[in-house]
Amino acid sequence: MAEKKALTGNEAVALAMKQIEPDVVAAYPITPQTDIVQYFSNYVADGKVKTEFVTVESEHSAMSATVGAAAGGARAMTATSSQGLALMWEVVYIAASSRLPIVMPVVNRALSGPINIHCDHGDTMGARDSGWIQLYSESVQEAYDNLIQAVRIAEHPDLQLPVMVCQDGFITSHGLENAEILDDETVKRFVGEYKPRFSLLNPAKPVTFGALDLQDYYFEHKRSQSEAMKNAGKVILQVAEEFKKLTGREYGYFEKYMLDDAEVAVVALNSTAGTAKMVVDELRQAGSKVGLLKPRVFRPFPAKELAETLRGLKVVAVMDRADSFNAYGGPLFNEIRSAMYDTPGPKILSYIYGLGGRDIGPADVTKVYDDLLEIKKTGRCDSILNYLGVRE
Amino acid sequence: MATLKELVKKPGILSPGHRLCAGCTAPTLVRQVLMAVDTPVVIGNATGCLEVSTTIFPQTAWRCSWIHNAFENAAATASGVEAAYKSLKRQGKIKDEFRFITFGGDGGTYDIGLQSLSGAMERGHHMLYVCYDNGAYMNTGIQRSSATPRGADTTTSPAGEKVPGKPANRKDLTAIMAAHNIPYVAQVSPSHWNDVVTKVKKALDCGGAAFINAIAPCHRGWRYPIEDGIEMARLAVDTCYWPLFEVVNGEWKLTYKPREKKPLVEFLKPQGRFKHLFAPENEHIIKEMQEQVDRNWEALLKRCGEA
Ligand SMILES: Cc1ncc(C[n+]2csc(CCOP(=O)(O)OP(=O)(O)O)c2C)c(N)n1
Ligand code: SF4
Repeated sequence: MAEKKALTGNEAVALAMKQIEPDVVAAYPITPQTDIVQYFSNYVADGKVKTEFVTVESEHSAMSATVGAAAGGARAMTATSSQGLALMWEVVYIAASSRLPIVMPVVNRALSGPINIHCDHGDTMGARDSGWIQLYSESVQEAYDNLIQAVRIAEHPDLQLPVMVCQDGFITSHGLENAEILDDETVKRFVGEYKPRFSLLNPAKPVTFGALDLQDYYFEHKRSQSEAMKNAGKVILQVAEEFKKLTGREYGYFEKYMLDDAEVAVVALNSTAGTAKMVVDELRQAGSKVGLLKPRVFRPFPAKELAETLRGLKVVAVMDRADSFNAYGGPLFNEIRSAMYDTPGPKILSYIYGLGGRDIGPADVTKVYDDLLEIKKTGRCDSILNYLGVRE
Repeated sequence: MATLKELVKKPGILSPGHRLCAGCTAPTLVRQVLMAVDTPVVIGNATGCLEVSTTIFPQTAWRCSWIHNAFENAAATASGVEAAYKSLKRQGKIKDEFRFITFGGDGGTYDIGLQSLSGAMERGHHMLYVCYDNGAYMNTGIQRSSATPRGADTTTSPAGEKVPGKPANRKDLTAIMAAHNIPYVAQVSPSHWNDVVTKVKKALDCGGAAFINAIAPCHRGWRYPIEDGIEMARLAVDTCYWPLFEVVNGEWKLTYKPREKKPLVEFLKPQGRFKHLFAPENEHIIKEMQEQVDRNWEALLKRCGEA
């Protein structure tokens, strides 16, 4: 039986972790992910989970121990944010190339320097080429739902790839929302029992993890890793389909909001999409044909599907809560523009916003739509790369 | 204690055909360590000579499960494997009794891996970490580490016109590990195989985290004749440069006392890395090194209740 509960994003994720009940969790607390580890500690202290909980001395060791545990045949998880993810970086790549189905909630937060504790996507965008699947979540509900689905995606025999489930630091992680929570049994049944294909702990079949791979094999191993990523799209949709049967909640590569007949649209990840939906409602009432596309899956990048969806539009703004410092456009913008290259389609602009937790309100998003409508009308566009909400 | 004849009959976990240098003492030491193992074992390995030489894909010299993750995180990785074991055993998904041994070079242990090692020991994972200390980063071409003895000529502490080799003393990692108050800490040398096997057995059965520091001469870095590796290790012990002792639940005990404490020069002289120290203007360094060894030895004797 599902139940409505008022929860913060961190509480919801910790609760999902409790319901998944991984064999091993190795974690180190860092703002704004700290609560996840604290809530989980309580579940452990109260004997609510069978999980072996390893309170490591750093995020580098958190990811290292999680890799060790997964190689040992355990269903293994950790969680992080920002500097923690940056410190893990080296081992984040190793987890993916070792094809270990680790699931990791990441609470998005700006990277140093300067030091800052608030939300932006610089951390996970920095890890976008590490070989992990990346799912983004608009709300507490989505963070919870994505985490449960992530287990099935990661462990799918065709994939065996780690998954990051992202949510916005403080906005989602600490904001209280009503979410529908499944009962423990339902979650357990959905994720099923984990049967690893290889384990260090099978004496009848010893295995080697992390061998030296020289010129004669490395490339093939990398190639097979990309093939797995290519397969991931299909699996993500299959799991979403099953999840829909269970909950009625629908998940795909992205969500379309008032997009089908729209002329201009915004593309935005995570909680900003929620703000944009409100703006879309207002502008629609005023008679403007505006829409929103909210990506859920950023890795693998659903290029073909995105291009098909966006091709009919006139002007599109891709909003990035991270800069890539290429002096050209944000990371999501670059991927979307590249995906659209072969399609005669809309003019596409980059808007970088909200770095270091700078507030993004309805007025800012309205300004973006106003720009787009103006460009559509006049055909004139002064600048592809725009910074929104910053003192210039 | 088993006899050497009995021990060598055990099927070796590290097979011949690995690609470490001929004459390297690391594989000898590893074999001695593994002779003490009677259960299935998972080996963890930090990046370094031992790792790159034994598992060039698609081959491996290890007849057991083995994991390498990165340079500095062997202890954290082993923590994860051991945690998986605990969890799966508790759930009845694993029946066998496993042991966990991790090997790291001095660079991956004294320097970049120290944090991960310290964390793993503090948490008390049931595992043995063995540092094979060849006194430099050998795999990348003999760079100094914090285990490199003072005065040694390495590629990043070269003996030059102004600076005669490494200026600083080595770090006493074994004492640092003992300060973690773990159940078992020891220092061993492959020249004393019986001592190695005995100590590893104790370490594996101590019920918690254990650390063993092993001297592992490297002819490439130390520059002595290829066949003299074990002799070098013996000289390190007999000059009291590398004493053999153990710390069991906080109690220090000397496990070997040289009948006659040899002068340090007997250890230094055959090694090319100390050649420059024998020039007249550098002889004071040898004297100071000898004084340091004497001080350490006296302190150790006191700690062990022998003086
Ligand atoms: C983070 C990181 N820095 C540097 C390296 C390069 N590296 C690989 S092995 C090694 C030296 C290993 O030295 P040591 O631990 O003493 O082992 P040995 O080679 O002497 O057996 C270095 C510097 C690396 N792999 N990872
Ligand atoms: S370089 Fe030294 S430590 Fe490395 S394999 Fe050769 S002898 Fe052994």
